Amino acid sequence: MDKVKNWSELTPEQKREERFKRWLSPDVKFSSPRAEKLYKERVTRFIKAIKLEEPDRVPVMLPAASYPAYYAGTTMKKVMYDYAALKKAWLKFMNEFGDMDSFGGPGLILPAKVLDMIDYKLQKWPGHGLADDAPTHQFIEGEYMPPEEYDDLIRDPADYMMRYFLPRSVGAFAPFSKLSPLTIFVGIPIWYIGQFGDPDIRKAQQTLLEAALECNRWAAAVTEVSRAALEAGFPSIWGGMNGAPYDMIGDMLRGTAGIMMDMFRRPDKLHKAMDRLVPIAINESVRSADASGCPIIFMPLHKGTGGFMSNEQFKTFYWPTFKEVMMGLINEGLVPLPFAEGDYEPRLEIIKDMPRSSVIWHFERMDMAKAKKVLGDNACIAGNVPVSILCTGTPQEVKEYCRRLIESCAKGGGYILTGAASIEKGDVNNLRAMMEAAKEYGTY
Amino acid sequence: MPKDFISLLADLEEEEVIKLTKKRLEAGDEALTILEDSRKAMEVVGKRFAGGQYFIPELVYSGELLKQITELVKPHLVQSGDTKHLSKVVIGTVAGDIHDIGLNIVDFMLSVNGFEVYNLGVDVPVKKFVEKMKETSAPVLGLSGFLTLAFDAMKDTVEALEAAGIRGKMKIMIGGGQMDDEVRKYAKADAYGKDAMAAVFLAKKWIGDN
Repeated sequence: MDKVKNWSELTPEQKREERFKRWLSPDVKFSSPRAEKLYKERVTRFIKAIKLEEPDRVPVMLPAASYPAYYAGTTMKKVMYDYAALKKAWLKFMNEFGDMDSFGGPGLILPAKVLDMIDYKLQKWPGHGLADDAPTHQFIEGEYMPPEEYDDLIRDPADYMMRYFLPRSVGAFAPFSKLSPLTIFVGIPIWYIGQFGDPDIRKAQQTLLEAALECNRWAAAVTEVSRAALEAGFPSIWGGMNGAPYDMIGDMLRGTAGIMMDMFRRPDKLHKAMDRLVPIAINESVRSADASGCPIIFMPLHKGTGGFMSNEQFKTFYWPTFKEVMMGLINEGLVPLPFAEGDYEPRLEIIKDMPRSSVIWHFERMDMAKAKKVLGDNACIAGNVPVSILCTGTPQEVKEYCRRLIESCAKGGGYILTGAASIEKGDVNNLRAMMEAAKEYGTY
Repeated sequence: MPKDFISLLADLEEEEVIKLTKKRLEAGDEALTILEDSRKAMEVVGKRFAGGQYFIPELVYSGELLKQITELVKPHLVQSGDTKHLSKVVIGTVAGDIHDIGLNIVDFMLSVNGFEVYNLGVDVPVKKFVEKMKETSAPVLGLSGFLTLAFDAMKDTVEALEAAGIRGKMKIMIGGGQMDDEVRKYAKADAYGKDAMAAVFLAKKWIGDN
């Protein structure tokens, strides 16, 4: 984004106000004055909730991440391979759903052609390791970094990702393991350039270039949908994605069992590696939020959930660097939206330790009344209509559940109504029931 | 006084317990005795997990230590011991879902509590559950799932057992990720368990061992 001239001199609050202003006035031509009016009302609803003020009513984030594919009567496989079908499905949902406070574009529906081209090994997807009619992709965890390579990661994470991680997790980039170190400071580029002539490395680069073009074709479809949504008055609450350093290392590099044992066997290395990732993670999100215009950074959390570690382990290994990443985002005027997957009830007292009204906590399994009691004065909370009810219940049941949530959480502001997690299929009227409940019971 | 083998293993003191294992083998201790002590230590680990003193990292680590000890002891094993089990339990993650963390914890907790566990792994086709239940005549089946797609896969599994005419011979529990009592009703299972301790409780209740 075009930042104001004295950006670096602004306080975090001032930076956030600038970002809110930009979020309120996106760089699009609204389809009608009414669309513009509704857009501003909707964004204001979220901004007030974040600031722990009372908006006109409780805002809703529809738990419909990949739902439009089902709604449009197509399959996940089809929309992953066919960008026109992807666009059509999301626009159909957007045009037919009715009033909604925000709209999630298809940016997380990955282009399967690219995944095929590069032989991506970290996921299975419909038609590739999963049945053709599978409703979602799935993550394949592995130990892509053996414990003895911690020092290599810590010394130079970018080099490590390029020469060790990518060759192992992406078949087409296997030849990059032949490269010599990529961060060069000796100052004679000729020595460095020559190696790219190796036939295998050339082939890998060729695949990279072709995959990039394919990515762009997909991105064009995604951008078109996002733009159409803004023009129609539906805000995005997606300004980028980030996570906790513990998860980055656990999910991608060491695996669940691997990182758990590292806590016992090599805690110092694990700490050093997580510290190393903090500024890198912050930088990544600042860039994407600048590009998107929305200041909310979605942060799905995995391995710090209740049961997955003790509160002591959470305080020692998970929270410190996670908090640092969030603080880095907050200092740049961004709003972290951690999605606390699993059960975060044991962590409530710990995660309270953040500046007031700086975060939106989205809880999956949680006694929301308790969350409101512990966190209510400190942070906006969001949640948590069970997916089971959204998928198998009736609209009346959904509405009733929402009513109880609103009664427990909405008082004084600082609450966003949403699902415990996102649904892939089910009655669209169950989603509409959430909007109805917010209007009927959530007016301030 | 130095800690005994069972405490060392239960307290996850890797270096010390491996050293002691080697020492015991050198001193001519029976391999089976060492394995029996390991089992007792795992029981302690299970109890600490159930009591909220240990969490998944400790389970994973203790499993790794047990693996190392078993590797050391194996060459000295002359005969296998007959272990008495409470009962058989078949578990698995339902078709289409490849998550196994919760599944393996349930496996661990049922095992340390004396059950003979048949763990069918992840993405288990309906047919495989039916076959295994016929083959083992296990009175308890545990279905695991993390994703919402597991709702239907669980229902399909239960219905296949009905169609095979063996549904009445077993109790079925479900658990994991997005599961809850609503899903239990939808899938027509007998109970939902919120964690591995619940799985042990339910299995014990159903076989009449409280």
